[in-house]
Amino acid sequence: MNFTLKIWRQKNQKDEGRFETYEVKNISPDASFLEMLDILNNQLVLENCDPVAFDHDCREGICGSCGMMINGRAHGKGRKQATCDVRMRSFTDGETITVEPWRANPFPVIKDLIVDRSAFDRIMQAGGFISVRTGSAPDANSIPVCKDNAEEAMDAAACIGCGACVAACPNSSAMLFVAAKVSQLALLPQGQPERKERVQRMITQMDKEGFGNCSNNYACEAECPKGISVMHIARLNREFLTAKLT
Amino acid sequence: MNKALDFYYSSIGKKVLMSVTGLFLIVFLTEHLIGNLLLFAGDEGKMYEAYGDFLVSNPVIRFIELFMFLGIFVHIIIGVILWFKNRKTRSVKYKLFRLKDNATLASRTTIISGLVIGIFLYIHLTTFFFPLRYSDEKSGAYELVVNAFSDFWYVIFYLAALFVIAYHLHHGFQSAFQTLGLRNKKYAPVLDIIAFFVWCLIPLGFAAIPIYFFFFHGSGATVIMWGF
Ligand code: HEM
Ligand code: SF4
Ligand code: FES
Repeated sequence: MNFTLKIWRQKNQKDEGRFETYEVKNISPDASFLEMLDILNNQLVLENCDPVAFDHDCREGICGSCGMMINGRAHGKGRKQATCDVRMRSFTDGETITVEPWRANPFPVIKDLIVDRSAFDRIMQAGGFISVRTGSAPDANSIPVCKDNAEEAMDAAACIGCGACVAACPNSSAMLFVAAKVSQLALLPQGQPERKERVQRMITQMDKEGFGNCSNNYACEAECPKGISVMHIARLNREFLTAKLT
Repeated sequence: MNKALDFYYSSIGKKVLMSVTGLFLIVFLTEHLIGNLLLFAGDEGKMYEAYGDFLVSNPVIRFIELFMFLGIFVHIIIGVILWFKNRKTRSVKYKLFRLKDNATLASRTTIISGLVIGIFLYIHLTTFFFPLRYSDEKSGAYELVVNAFSDFWYVIFYLAALFVIAYHLHHGFQSAFQTLGLRNKKYAPVLDIIAFFVWCLIPLGFAAIPIYFFFFHGSGATVIMWGF
């Protein structure tokens, strides 16, 4: 398969950045999107050009580092996939593909397609943890958790912190990410002592970082590679309100 | 006081004000519709005007009315503030951003539908509310309704505005419950059914009024006569 790629190139945070057009040829339909970029980068190195910088690690949809906007959609147009899960057969031969970094003021571009997602880390540092040692696996097994809660908590814990929810949101809101992190701990016994503190601190930090306000468009859920449900956002709102009012 | 300010400055706090005022407006709309159904009593507006007199003379209602106007004011102001704030979170825009693949038109256009409702509200109040409340000459409410809805273009404008309100509520009603944390997997389907009654049936009920008066009391009556 052959493709024309329009890729955002930006040397560093201060650079203005621009789109560059590249051609790639003879790409296997079974190649992943990242492998296709690898092939492009080989080509660029041979031409003595700077390869396209993009973030990646696991390449199996579990680390959350490979986020990029492909043809106007976070992680491409497929549902419940990270960019590394995207296969070239989902495009048409000869297609022009536009590739951009996440765009949101709290996620400044570091280089090309790589953005700085440490705003998420600071939200986690503000409260996304349990302060005391809660024991090891045997201790966990000795604390009863009802099945429904365990499942909800596991669903929330599936969040890989990729930032697609922010990227896909018209308001650059981080509510789905924060909701996943708050839900995961609010649903489990170990999370109870710090429950009220946690949600208030994380929301305060989220606002401080400059993420937008949720308008309940639900574009986040649609683009989340892990299918985190917006019902967690309802829980986040509920947690925040009860913490503030009681 | 500090706590209240903190709450207002938080993103969720502003959204909660938005949803509480929005729901309050929906409660008002419901009451307004039920009251207006008296227009169909077929008694040349006697019951309708009695109901109107009761509203105006009742101090409790006057008090709630004050809250209503405050609610509308807060809803509009915070709606606009949130819109501006949200516009400022993405300084470098996407070249390609296919939001429409992921979000409904109604959810993407609340600010537009909201502002259109604002304009409608102003015209609506100057047609009915202000003349009835603040002028000395007591032109009957019923007469006012008959006159206003004998104008074809006014009726069209009215129906269009009701369509926009339906659209605003199509997103707004469930959104308000989401914001207040009153949605979960189990009850969301129930809420969707209630939402249908709110966004579809309330505006339809209101729409019946101009249509009825246009065809049976206004210039539309001649249309009917020709038709038969
Ligand atoms: C009959 C009058 C109105 C009713 C019943 C109503 C109702 C609602 C409701 C229930 C919401 C959802 C709140 C939430 O998401 O938490 C909402 C949102 C909104 N309304 Fe209204 N509204 C009315 C008039 C207006 C007007 C006049 C404006 C003018 C600007 C407006 C602007 C907005 C905006 C911008 C939102 C979205 C806020 C956001 O999601 O960030 N509304 N409305
Ligand atoms: S909620 Fe989904 S889209 Fe958002 S950071 Fe987590 S995994 Fe990514
Ligand atoms: S590279 Fe780890 S999720 Fe894509």
